[in-house]
Amino acid sequence: MIGIVDYGVGNLFSLRSSFAMIGAEAEVVRAPEDIRRADKIILPGVGAFEDAAAKLRATGLDSVLVEEARAGKPLMGICLGMQLLFEKSLEYGEHRGLGLLEGTVAPIRDVIPAEYKIPHIGWNALKFTKPACPLWKYIREGDYVYFVHSYHATGCDASSAAVTEYGGTLTAAAWRDNVYGCQFHPEKSGEVGMKILRAFCEEGGAR
Amino acid sequence: MITKRIIPCLDVKNGRVVKGVNFEGLGDVASPVELAKYYSAHGADELVFYDITASAEGRALFTDILTETARQVFIPLTVGGGINTTDDFDRVLKCGADKVSVNSGAIKNPALVKEAARLYGDQCVVLSVDVKRVDGVFRVFAKGGRENTGMEAIEWIRRCVADGAGEIVVNSIDTDGVKEGFDLEMLDAVCRAVSVPVIASGGAGRIEDFLTLFKTLPGVDAGLAASIFHFGEVDIRDLKRAMADAGIPARI
Repeated sequence: MIGIVDYGVGNLFSLRSSFAMIGAEAEVVRAPEDIRRADKIILPGVGAFEDAAAKLRATGLDSVLVEEARAGKPLMGICLGMQLLFEKSLEYGEHRGLGLLEGTVAPIRDVIPAEYKIPHIGWNALKFTKPACPLWKYIREGDYVYFVHSYHATGCDASSAAVTEYGGTLTAAAWRDNVYGCQFHPEKSGEVGMKILRAFCEEGGAR
Repeated sequence: MITKRIIPCLDVKNGRVVKGVNFEGLGDVASPVELAKYYSAHGADELVFYDITASAEGRALFTDILTETARQVFIPLTVGGGINTTDDFDRVLKCGADKVSVNSGAIKNPALVKEAARLYGDQCVVLSVDVKRVDGVFRVFAKGGRENTGMEAIEWIRRCVADGAGEIVVNSIDTDGVKEGFDLEMLDAVCRAVSVPVIASGGAGRIEDFLTLFKTLPGVDAGLAASIFHFGEVDIRDLKRAMADAGIPARI
């Protein structure tokens, strides 16, 4: 069972529908025991980093997620959920993340010219920095995925799995061992997105 | 490079697509779910569902349709029509919409954009505005383009962006239905005024109109149309290929 973590941030309808579409069993999970029961974990999220990180801490789910990931359970963060995997974010101040991946979440404005609009909204192409990442099993470099974001992970050379070009180079995905992150929305990225989710479902992890 | 988006708009009344649709291989041409799947498979980058129902029964049917579509179609869905309160935002977001488009609702309740942006984020709030020239000035029209509000359009759009509107759909009443191309002058004025994505609507009749739009105005992010896609006058796959051939970034 794939556990989609509900911590009061964002709409889980499309994610649930996506897993149903590819024939994977997925449940929305809120309690620590349900997260421990899941074979794989999806950490979604939209909105502000500080608020989301605070909610994870208030519910005690932060330590459960870290424990499960350190024990080898496959975990994928999506959009803000990916950003939460890193050590810290500079969105409106400085806020601590889960620290499962090395790096800092910073404004994309730092690396793109002023004439580019923010947020980075729309379909953009993936350039693989880790072609061996299991998420890319069924897709090709250059395939398009759907982004909506104003921040991205930086200082994450060790885990960067794909980047995308938007007047500068933005981190699009991360991977280290059993921990995955997609800055884009696979659940809104059509067939390509479904293929990425399917690859994640097939990932065995280190259990 | 980020691609220019092509967005078909589906008018839905009592759970059915209103404008005529003429596709081979599409079993039920009036089914919004079937049509959404068709477009998604044929290169649409996003879909807009516009609820033109007036009755409560029709509204319930619309949310059923939306839910079913969101279960089966995995590209961004924007919903508009009858959005007057944040409760309306809540209602359609729960059914799987990704963005919500406000038009008359924002005119009637000027706090709506700000409130919705605070609750759901800027990226969720799309301002749709019907604009028409009156004595050489761009004016905002309400009630489906029937009523001149007297408001100056660029000022109105600027204000809504300051309040948190994350994207702007500019529908030119002057070019709508004429099929001789988008309203480049109006769109240019909007692009100069704001730094959020601008979606052009009204006037597309053929593939060349989209090419001219994106070539002339690099600040425009997307082109929206309805009947030319529904009637098969423009096939989105052909359009995307023509864009790529013309050097316009397109997702193929």
